[in-house]
Amino acid sequence: MQAAKPVSVKDKPDSWTLRVRQAIDRQLPMDHLLPHRQPYYVGSWVYVFGVVTIAALVWVVVSGVVLAFMGPQWWHDSGVGRFFNSLHFWSVQLFFIFMVLHLWGQYFMAGWRHGRAATWAIGVVIFGVSILTAFTGYLSQQNFDSQFIAVNAKDAMNAAGVGAFFNVLNFGQMYGLHIMLLPIGVTILVVWHIVVVRARGVVKPIDPEGAAPR
Amino acid sequence: MDATTSYFHWGFILISVPNLLVIAGMIVLFAVALVAPFPRGREDEDAGS
Repeated sequence: MQAAKPVSVKDKPDSWTLRVRQAIDRQLPMDHLLPHRQPYYVGSWVYVFGVVTIAALVWVVVSGVVLAFMGPQWWHDSGVGRFFNSLHFWSVQLFFIFMVLHLWGQYFMAGWRHGRAATWAIGVVIFGVSILTAFTGYLSQQNFDSQFIAVNAKDAMNAAGVGAFFNVLNFGQMYGLHIMLLPIGVTILVVWHIVVVRARGVVKPIDPEGAAPR
Repeated sequence: MDATTSYFHWGFILISVPNLLVIAGMIVLFAVALVAPFPRGREDEDAGS
């Protein structure tokens, strides 16, 4: 019996897996995705803000998973629960502080130059979705503070015309958005943001003589 | 902890002191990041991406 002849890629030029693999190799080679060296101008603390933002996001997600698993009574009544509640809160504060510092840095170095508009635009969307995630988090605390915020925010939501499908008084909806859909959205967008940063590399400093496109 | 916070009011600007301190700290941190020397691990004259 004759052994089956392996199918060569030449025999399957219309293979979608081949096309996808070649596109990934072309757009995002591994030496771009996981570089072991960086250009000299990356040697500045300004470039650390983005990484610190990601580190804070990791802590937000880890502490949030613990809080979601244990529930509101635990995070209000036990010492360890209050610790994780605080860990979640303060890592969110750090996430926003360093995201804004990263935004300032990228604004002043015009990080959207030379084909990086998508990187900037995704970052803007991350900022917006993060604010929505934090807002639903404040509504999910299960205390008088969250009730106060919900009762006061409902008028703003109704005035904006979104109250019919984004009901801040509906705890189940806000909690579901906060622990499921919005964190998944933020995480996917952050991964996308990092991938496009790695595909293009870090933007060069602005040359006073007039920077040429790379 | 539960006391009402104080506010900074200057013309049309009205902001709570804690928020003002956070923003001031961020501006200081940004300025420090621009001027503080960054440690260099090894020579990187041939680096590029």
